[in-house]
Amino acid sequence: MFKHLALAATVAAFGTAAVADGHGAVKVGMITTLSGGGAGLGIDVRDGFMLAINQSGNTNIEVIIEDDQRKPEIAVQLADKMIQSEKVDVMTGIIWSNLAMAVVPAATAQGKFYLSPNAGPSALAGRGCHPNYFNVAWQNDNLHEAAGAYANSAGYTNSFILAPNYPAGQDALTGYKRQYGGELAGEVFTKLGQTDYAAEIAQIRASGADSVFFFLPGGMGISFLKQYADSGVDLPVVGPAFSFDQGILQAVGAAALGVVNTSQWNKDIDNATNAAFVESFQAEYGRLPSLYASQGFDTANLLLSAMASADVNDADAFRAALKAADFASTRGDFAFADNHHPIQDIYVREVIQEGDVFTNRIIGTALTDHSDVYGADCKM
Amino acid sequence: MSLILLIEQVLNGLQFGVTLFLMAAGLTLVFGVMGLINLAHGSLFMVGAFAAAAVAGATGSFVLALGAALAAAAAAGALVEVLVIRRLYARDHLDQVLATFALILIFSEGTRWVFGSFPLYLNIPAALSGPISLPGGIEYSTYRLFLIGVGIAVAIGLGLLITRTRLGIQIRAGESDREMIAALGIDISRLYTIVFALGAALAGLAGALVGAIQSVQVGMGEPVLILAFVVIVIGGIGSIKGALVGAVLVGLTDTLGKLLLPGVFALFMPASSAATVGSALASMAIYILMAAVLIWRPTGLFGVRA
Repeated sequence: MFKHLALAATVAAFGTAAVADGHGAVKVGMITTLSGGGAGLGIDVRDGFMLAINQSGNTNIEVIIEDDQRKPEIAVQLADKMIQSEKVDVMTGIIWSNLAMAVVPAATAQGKFYLSPNAGPSALAGRGCHPNYFNVAWQNDNLHEAAGAYANSAGYTNSFILAPNYPAGQDALTGYKRQYGGELAGEVFTKLGQTDYAAEIAQIRASGADSVFFFLPGGMGISFLKQYADSGVDLPVVGPAFSFDQGILQAVGAAALGVVNTSQWNKDIDNATNAAFVESFQAEYGRLPSLYASQGFDTANLLLSAMASADVNDADAFRAALKAADFASTRGDFAFADNHHPIQDIYVREVIQEGDVFTNRIIGTALTDHSDVYGADCKM
Repeated sequence: MSLILLIEQVLNGLQFGVTLFLMAAGLTLVFGVMGLINLAHGSLFMVGAFAAAAVAGATGSFVLALGAALAAAAAAGALVEVLVIRRLYARDHLDQVLATFALILIFSEGTRWVFGSFPLYLNIPAALSGPISLPGGIEYSTYRLFLIGVGIAVAIGLGLLITRTRLGIQIRAGESDREMIAALGIDISRLYTIVFALGAALAGLAGALVGAIQSVQVGMGEPVLILAFVVIVIGGIGSIKGALVGAVLVGLTDTLGKLLLPGVFALFMPASSAATVGSALASMAIYILMAAVLIWRPTGLFGVRA
């Protein structure tokens, strides 16, 4: 439904205005998760992206939005349709790393630009990097590395770590272990989509750990946090923002209070772009933005900045314009490393309650000007 | 690995099992009595959870929420039976699968349209939250113990219903020979609607109980539905006893598999790969169990249909 509205609005605008500033019109194909268990993330990315597009008033851009239902085979079909039949110039939107691995290599090989607003698998940051692939969010390991750095500074020496058994989950535990200097009381891979964590919590209780690190995005995180809070196991919990984003916190409630999580963005980052973004997002959609929404917003603004200085049909010039990243980001200054992944600060946040709403507050910085370790393998 | 951990995992497996039983009982009744494969059973689970979350959010009472879940799921089940399922009894199983799959999509989109795409908030009531001390020094979640209790109570209740009441006699007769009891004057349409609504109510109850410790979101019913099918295949179609035994078997296999298999692999592999391989194998354990049971008893452990 939203897709038709967006299409209709942009086609109507298109019909009245000719190519405005001499640079070519851009067709964007957004494939994201709008239904099923992980829909909250895709909806946030889409809403953040479209907010930026609508605020810019740019009539040269057409956005086609499709729902991949978190299924790789559907994402691949949608990508084929967008590239071959809709003839999009730029693609974006994918939330999950397994879907990204299915879609991105083929799309970039066919000459399309891909701007990732979320998924950042290590394969695409290292050996599988491509000049047409840009990641505006982070490389998957980054927030987990920051959690490991925080665990060191907090004095944890015996961590129990768990994540689901899929590319981002494996990246999560690898990233944490890269920075974390202590012992591991246990390392568990759960099933993707698993909802009952009684067995894992019993193992945590029996392991003698002094802290717990977990990466369980979406509904999995809600289930784990609720069950953990109810179990009587009282160990401090650390995780990346994916388990403590704005959408999850409202469903978990008090069970998450006091938990420390790492993120490249929070609503209290002090710059004009961020303040305006949080206020306009809340006014437009009636809820606080999550980090996913900020990533969608930044992706759209990156694209708009490139469109302002280059024509999408001149691939080299457009690529250079994207790499220059000359736009106002909600995170402040924004720069790409040579492998087209961001160099940025990763903050430490704590879950707090503001009135009726559960949200996060920055309490420190875990890593400064951090990029990723896979860039060294990228031969671009 | 300590005895306490083992006992706690056995309890977890039991709790998982009785949750599956609540789903499987309804499914097996419907398949046994009406010969109908109902893929929309998972959607009824979801309807129960959403109804409970909505009522708990509005009134703050968990008991009312459970009641609402039972009522909403039973009503949805009865409505679906009268409007859609009724036309499918005479048809091929494949037609039933297609039609009930369409119902899944309708329920999912309908729920998203009414409640939105973000997960809902449903919490354990204060009286049941926190751990309880069991003999032997084991701390176990009060709520999960409550779930085990509810599951056993429902199993006993269903058993009594099937063996001691008139409705139970009609159900058992219907499982043996549908045409005969219709010829004997039993109102088949009413019996079918009641059985379907009963199965739906059980699924809704399971959804509400489980929604308090997991997340209430669209699509929460489908993974449980698949496991419920595994349970009724193992236990035998049409048998409540089979559903209970099958569910407990599946629950224990899954939980103990997750506990023991990585440990087994850690004996001769580095810890990281042992964790990956062990958990991959543990998630397959249920299906390997199902295959083994089918090889040994093709109609399931207590199957009534040849």
